[in-house]
Amino acid sequence: MGYKAKFKVWRGDAEGGDLQDFTVEVNEGEVVLDVIHRLQATQAPDMAVRWNCKAGKCGSCSAEINGRPRLMCMTRMSVFSEDETVTVTPMRTFPVIRDLVTDVSYNYEKAREVPAFAPPEGVAPGEYRMEQVDVERSQEFRKCIECFLCQNTCHVVRDHEDNKTNFSGPRFLMRIAELDMHPLDAHENRAQEAKTDHGLGFCNITKCCTEVCPEHIKITDNALIPMKERVADHYYDPILRLFKRTNK
Amino acid sequence: MTAGTTAPGRAQISARTLRTDRWWVQPAVTVAVLVAFIIYATIRAFQNADYYSAPYISPFYSPCLATNCVPGSSEVAVFGGWWALSPALIILIFPLGFRLTCYYYRKAYYRGFWSSPPACAVAEPHGKYTGERRFPLVLNNIHRYFFYIGLIFNVILTYDAVIAFRDSTGAWGHMGLGTLVLLANATLLWLYSASCHSCRHVMGGRLTHFSKHPVRYKAWTLVSKLNTRHMFFAWASLIGVALADLYVALVAGGTITDLRFF
Repeated sequence: MGYKAKFKVWRGDAEGGDLQDFTVEVNEGEVVLDVIHRLQATQAPDMAVRWNCKAGKCGSCSAEINGRPRLMCMTRMSVFSEDETVTVTPMRTFPVIRDLVTDVSYNYEKAREVPAFAPPEGVAPGEYRMEQVDVERSQEFRKCIECFLCQNTCHVVRDHEDNKTNFSGPRFLMRIAELDMHPLDAHENRAQEAKTDHGLGFCNITKCCTEVCPEHIKITDNALIPMKERVADHYYDPILRLFKRTNK
Repeated sequence: MTAGTTAPGRAQISARTLRTDRWWVQPAVTVAVLVAFIIYATIRAFQNADYYSAPYISPFYSPCLATNCVPGSSEVAVFGGWWALSPALIILIFPLGFRLTCYYYRKAYYRGFWSSPPACAVAEPHGKYTGERRFPLVLNNIHRYFFYIGLIFNVILTYDAVIAFRDSTGAWGHMGLGTLVLLANATLLWLYSASCHSCRHVMGGRLTHFSKHPVRYKAWTLVSKLNTRHMFFAWASLIGVALADLYVALVAGGTITDLRFF
């Protein structure tokens, strides 16, 4: 059965804006994105919202719903009580373009800074051979849909704009982990670069990236902490360095 | 002061957070339990009494390494008569260091005590943030060394549990509630250590070719399973060690009598 829900949606741009009140129809089985679309169709035709697949796979409709970073298409209205006001704002870590749409180019800049996969010498594309057991750790990270909710919730950049220069954020530290754990990647020193070039030391493993990941990737436990341990191998473990243990 | 969610260009929202759930409960509970433990452990560490009642020794005082240890509680007195303080103070730095640098407890105290951040998507109150790149927080990177030392402590506390199957005269074939308490404490400490992220790394996490190291891969797989419950083991072992000490303190102080099974 449908009901009238109370919504607060942030509207504005980089110059300013505020939370605006709406009362809107909600039907059984709907998600927040459906309601935002209904607002567009009935009350606010110029409301800006980025969306695409409506299936939690494109990572476009990231926003903050009642203060929590989430995908609008994957947030069921049934999780809210009928008398609850649902507040929707754009992601608060990135510059806003308009309404619920933010400029996430910070993430693409950081993506470009990660050296690409380097194939081993003498192995041509098509000749890559590796065992499943060696690649399955990296495969977990390939589930990432690049919604950037982890980047948005990470307090290192969310609460400190100036850290954006030196910190790549959980998504791209996870990308470095993915490549560093890849059995065929020939790029040397990814762990060292995670520390020196991508700011792994900023991470204090408070696990918010893991909490908000819609793909349920264990970013902290399976990517960030293993990378911190690999950095410790190189910088903080003199005994290990003495024995020159390899990571191979 | 660096700008956070109110930085120029971001959506202008003055509220620190728009979360409507009780996000403050988790850090508040963390602080309450840890503060209670710290107060209890500090009192007990300085008390220098009621830590040994044959065959039980408190985990706070084991190994007892000073000549001023209660007779029967010390097997190796490394610290001579010049050591006048509580013998607990000699050893507690190691389990303390293990827990302070633990990846789970770091999350707990950064959130609970330092509000960095207090909860996800809740603005932290600090003007500047440098993470774990500088002294003293950079020392968290030596967690693995505390892990290695922690293993030695686990062996000693397991030994304490095993010799608790002897009675107060040293004869085998005894079991009391204290034996079970020390056994449970040692088991929880082993689980806490075995589920540690550094343990996971040492076992096989640093490898890139599991296929070349099948034994280490199996060990890594097992530790990975335990690792998913690391938070649980962290709390269970912390409470377990306090309860084990409390039990020994009550028995040694004469408040209760050990329940003897056989």
